[in-house]
Amino acid sequence: MSLSARDLTLGYGGDPVVADLTLELPAGAVTAIVGANACGKSTLLRGLARLLAPRSGAVLLDGTELAKLGTREVARRLGLLPQSPAAPEGLTVEDLVARGRYPHQSWLQQFSADDQAHIEWALEVTDTAVLRRRALDQLSGGQRQRAWIAMALAQDTGTLLLDEPTTFLDMAHQVEVLDLLADLNREQGRTVVMVLHDLNQACRYADHLVAMHRGRIHAQGPPADVVDAGMVRTVFGLDVRIVADPEEHTPMCIPARRRRRRSQQADTEEPGTVSETPLP
Amino acid sequence: MTATDSTSTSTDRRPRRVPVRTARFSRLLDLRLLAVCAGAVVVGLVAAALSVSVGEFPIPLGDVVATLVGTGTRSDEFIIIGLRLPRALVGLGCGMALGLSGLILQTLVRNPLAAPDIIGVTGGASLTGVAILVLGAPAALLPVGAFAGAVASATLIYALAWRGGLSPFRLVLIGIALAAAATAGTQYLLVVGELIDVQRAAVWLIGSLNGVTWEEFWPLAVGLVILLPAAAGLARSLDALSLGEDSALALGVTVQRARLGLVVVAAGLAAFAVAAAGPIGFVAFIAPHIARRLTGLTGAAVLPAVALVGGVLVMVCDLVARLVLAPIELPVGTVTSVVGAPFFLYLLHRANRPARGG
Repeated sequence: MSLSARDLTLGYGGDPVVADLTLELPAGAVTAIVGANACGKSTLLRGLARLLAPRSGAVLLDGTELAKLGTREVARRLGLLPQSPAAPEGLTVEDLVARGRYPHQSWLQQFSADDQAHIEWALEVTDTAVLRRRALDQLSGGQRQRAWIAMALAQDTGTLLLDEPTTFLDMAHQVEVLDLLADLNREQGRTVVMVLHDLNQACRYADHLVAMHRGRIHAQGPPADVVDAGMVRTVFGLDVRIVADPEEHTPMCIPARRRRRRSQQADTEEPGTVSETPLP
Repeated sequence: MTATDSTSTSTDRRPRRVPVRTARFSRLLDLRLLAVCAGAVVVGLVAAALSVSVGEFPIPLGDVVATLVGTGTRSDEFIIIGLRLPRALVGLGCGMALGLSGLILQTLVRNPLAAPDIIGVTGGASLTGVAILVLGAPAALLPVGAFAGAVASATLIYALAWRGGLSPFRLVLIGIALAAAATAGTQYLLVVGELIDVQRAAVWLIGSLNGVTWEEFWPLAVGLVILLPAAAGLARSLDALSLGEDSALALGVTVQRARLGLVVVAAGLAAFAVAAAGPIGFVAFIAPHIARRLTGLTGAAVLPAVALVGGVLVMVCDLVARLVLAPIELPVGTVTSVVGAPFFLYLLHRANRPARGG
């Protein structure tokens, strides 16, 4: 199962948000896409998930253009957890998870033994089985996010795309969700591609890091090779010191003190605004 | 089921669901849904029996049965088969169609207060229906005209709302705007019309089963035979769409096609109902809510219960409309509105409660 982008240009009208991007997402690995706000990372994920049609170029799933595959066919191989998804009022966890089976079902077959097994498994691994009869709107943020991940898992796809799966979660729930994704990758060999806000988390959980800047890939590779002070300055417009994460020995960014930052800011060109600049 | 209910009790009370499987068919059967549907059928049969039995010439239930199996008297046969049975059946059919239309729209635009009014069906049908009644066209044209008005205004609204795709939000806003325009036209006709025509138009506008015959029944039956399976076929897509456009796309739904199909089915159902009995108020809006509360289900799973609840609701309301001021027959729409308006306020009250933390 491999997902890649070839000369991909994406946009919503006006200037392209992602331009001429070529990217190979390593199969069976965890990839984190990072970058400043509006750098195009979520747009790239939407493009990879076919929520946004390419203006030019293509997204390839196992070598075939997504646009040439039927959407159901893609849905059996490529799952997506959108950013802050919304469920109708009163929907229970188990009914949500069951909806993940959509691409595997037909009008006649709406609850096969296979469906049931995958739903139970998804509830089990996400630790949401005890919540199955609860309505989503009664759950905590972390529980709700786990339920949505369970739905994406019930879809039983080799590749799972997630758009900022830890946004709006407190620290404990963030770690919980990321650990779950790491387990799924390690134990089941599923390819995980996620957009992450927090660079330190990305370094910790990703095998492969893609740093985006102004709609292009600035650097990619294992976090230890990619993350250094220069990269963070360019991509995030922030001066940092890189130390080793005392737990995992992955790179960890410590933002520089404010006074120092300000004095350096005079040398560089307005770091805070880089991400908003449209592409040529 | 409301959030409050499910926290407190329904976790324990919720009946078991049973997987039903054959080689080529599988479903998760919800026993409570089954019970609600069975209950609705029983109430519906009782309401139908009463509705053909009571009236200006009461016919004992025994004679009703005799007539239905073909051994009754000539006069009983005329009253039951010719007058009262079509009325009961049109009520049933309209209720089913309106309920399903409401369910589809509420789920599609993700708003529990939605009804066919917002996609322009009711407004357009009212305008053409009143035009036929007031401008002296043959009354036989009424169902056809109302149907045409419903379809025309729904089409106009989609055309205006379409912008490379159908956004439910745009659909609602444009629907409201065009409904207001249609209402203005309807009111103009009511002002300029002859008093006697205006009176008939006013009754029709409330939604009335008075004097309906088999002529109104057959088009409605044909519409239901086509659109009920269509609604059932689109139910899965409806559930996926209710998770939002991105999730639906990721699940492999062809979003625009599914949305268009659902809107066409919802508009068609409402159009057939309005053509048969005028725009009966509030049924499309409350039937889905009643069915959801009774079954404790959300989404399209509730579909069969909504159809039955809608049908029974209109039959029972029509029975009340015939009896409460007998021998005067009220339009059924007055009764459904009397039931529906407080229910609407209750839902608004519930919706305005402060959100519960998570």
